[in-house]
Amino acid sequence: MFASFDFDVIRRSLGYLFFDGMTFTLTLTSLATLGGIVFGTLIALMRLSGYWLLGRIAGLYVDLMRSLPLVLVIFWFYFLVPYIGQWLTGSSRPVRVGAFASSLVTFTLFEAAYFSEIMRAGIQSISKGQPAAAQALGLTYSQTMRYVVLPQAFRNMLPVLLTQTIVLFQDTSLVYVLSIPDFLGAASKVAQRDGRLVEMYLFAAVVYFAISCVASFGVRRLQARIAFVH
Amino acid sequence: MKRLRMMGLVLAAGFGAAQANAEELTGTLKKVKETGVITIGYRDSSIPFSYLDDNQKPIGFAIDICLKIVDAVKKELKLDRLAVEFNPVTSSTRIPLLANGTIDMECGSTTNNPDRLKQVAFTNTHFLTATRFVSKKFSKLSSIEDLKGKSVASTSGTTNIRQLTEANAARNLGINIIPAKEHAESFLMVETDRAVAAVLDDILLASFAAGSKDPEAYVISTDAFSKPEPYGIMLRRDDPAFKKVADDATAALYRSPEGQTLYDKWFMQKIPPKGLNLNVPIGAELKKAFAKPSDSPDPDSYKTM
Amino acid sequence: MNYHWNWRVFWEPAPNGTGTYLDMLLSGLVLTIETAICAWVIALIFGAVIGVLRTLPSRTGSWIGFAYVEFFRNMPLLVQLFLWFFVLPEILPHAWGLWLKQIPNAPFYTAAIGIGLFMSARVAEQTRAGINSLPRGQKLAATALGLTTAQTYRYVLLPMTFRIMLPPLTSEFLSTIKNTSVAITIGLVELTAEARAMQEFSFQVFEAFTAATVLYLLVNIVVVIAMRFVERGLAIPGYITGK
Repeated sequence: MFASFDFDVIRRSLGYLFFDGMTFTLTLTSLATLGGIVFGTLIALMRLSGYWLLGRIAGLYVDLMRSLPLVLVIFWFYFLVPYIGQWLTGSSRPVRVGAFASSLVTFTLFEAAYFSEIMRAGIQSISKGQPAAAQALGLTYSQTMRYVVLPQAFRNMLPVLLTQTIVLFQDTSLVYVLSIPDFLGAASKVAQRDGRLVEMYLFAAVVYFAISCVASFGVRRLQARIAFVH
Repeated sequence: MKRLRMMGLVLAAGFGAAQANAEELTGTLKKVKETGVITIGYRDSSIPFSYLDDNQKPIGFAIDICLKIVDAVKKELKLDRLAVEFNPVTSSTRIPLLANGTIDMECGSTTNNPDRLKQVAFTNTHFLTATRFVSKKFSKLSSIEDLKGKSVASTSGTTNIRQLTEANAARNLGINIIPAKEHAESFLMVETDRAVAAVLDDILLASFAAGSKDPEAYVISTDAFSKPEPYGIMLRRDDPAFKKVADDATAALYRSPEGQTLYDKWFMQKIPPKGLNLNVPIGAELKKAFAKPSDSPDPDSYKTM
Repeated sequence: MNYHWNWRVFWEPAPNGTGTYLDMLLSGLVLTIETAICAWVIALIFGAVIGVLRTLPSRTGSWIGFAYVEFFRNMPLLVQLFLWFFVLPEILPHAWGLWLKQIPNAPFYTAAIGIGLFMSARVAEQTRAGINSLPRGQKLAATALGLTTAQTYRYVLLPMTFRIMLPPLTSEFLSTIKNTSVAITIGLVELTAEARAMQEFSFQVFEAFTAATVLYLLVNIVVVIAMRFVERGLAIPGYITGK
């Protein structure tokens, strides 16, 4: 059954697959995670701030991003970001944005909605005594957040944040719809050029599976360690 | 890093736009002068017009023509250096990416027609091709009527899929149309028996069939969905200065013997990556279009009398 | 900004002869909903079975459940769809593979099964969490009353689990609806694909995607409201799930 397959095509394209494809995927994942957590925390703080308008805007943003399929959001931003750039910089024409920058903006903003829900749960799980004590000590709101609440919230939610990162890692494969060369896109290009669909897609599946499995296992170990400390 | 620098340059250009420029440039020429970069949109698999070689670098007949346009732009703007960036496009992203500034010109296998002229502009025609379908010989499909009730693939965003869709509705063929993302994928559908036929421009079909694992198994229909239609390099609309530079450069190229040599390089000789020779001699209509370069979208204007 | 707006494009005829562009989008919406429901049914059935399997005392059952969930959770949905659509027909015997490829609505069935199995892993996890969150006394009391394991699950554990799980299940169903858009890559012409097609034929990028966005939001709102009615209808007074 497997005799007619040419698994050598994998070996020949390894360089392209990993140097071009996987670096794109991993860079996008890490940068989007960082940006998403930062932006997500901001949105969570907006929702918990007590100012009705800020809370509503943040809430609407999260609801919007969570109601839309990621594929649609990818299409939106790919065509929209240059116009946003034009509006932001006040230039006379749309700003040229490459595939990577556009994907980064898309994933950061999309995942920020999910990260904000996680961070909101984390912040709300901190006992009220903590910010109360901080206020008693004379710390301002931003000092309380920066030194007391957020570090604890972040540490508590770390396993969930990392799980969401793994989800992000898998979601990056969707840039395939725009023929952007991430790992799956690279595998797919080789597959179509050489007519080796089975070999390349099986290989891509194995690689994604291996990385996600290892990462999930790491997160579970981390979760066990954190639980022990508490 | 390069991208960061790019963004910085564009931001600077945006803020510094107030500075007076003695030459009063507009549109793409202005953008190129300010940023020092021109971006070419290329295709993954439009052999031999614009495709990726073994090192994943874009090459092709249209790419070479575009590089000539870039030379002309460089001369026109009197620039010492002009960086050329390449950005991949597909049939469905090429027009939005041209409009939103991601690419400055699209060099591939794009058909010039009146519908598209509402959104974009084209330079002088560099090829003429009609929409046909390819199928495996054993399917014994020769006319469009034979496709009745079958699964047929085509690439999204092309005039081909549009013509197929319209023919399907007009002639009530009940065809199950499978949209593919790229030309290679459309042909792959036929190769793997997922579709009985793929509808694309006949030159692209010839390239795919010739480069496939078993070229003898395929046949391209004589029945066509359209008249031979012109390909052109796509440019932004309302940008007459840049269009003039492109028109002049392409007209000069086609009229000169270099035009014929360039044609032979991609259609009559071995081309990378597999050393395939398409062996498509220049047709009478295209010869006429080269001698008298035209950017007309009307297929009838290219007929030789 | 050199983009030409044209909101009347929705009433212009679409080239595929089925009516206006709006009709095109609505037919995509119908296909999205059909695929989502089929996938959801598959997800519920398989997910419930695997979830229960993981909570059973038997070690093999537990291990099978674990492997199943890990397999479907650690691969991106897109890769899974590709495996079902492109790889499976090629590794089967030639005649079967050919038959699979020639089925008239192959993308629909593949998408429903692929998305269904992907979501079933998540439903399994929810089921497991739901069963484990029940007070231990429930299971012990059932054993004391002489119920077999199957009866315990059927009459005591699962009814309560199901009610506890309704909120997370709602969000999983919404996820399923969103995931149908991934099937655009295997040729399923659902809502996002129709929006894309509309963009390609009419060149009105933002109008097409705005319409798709609005339709997805509407579907979301309808599902959330409907599930609230279901929750209220099934609620058991006195429990946290019933208010």
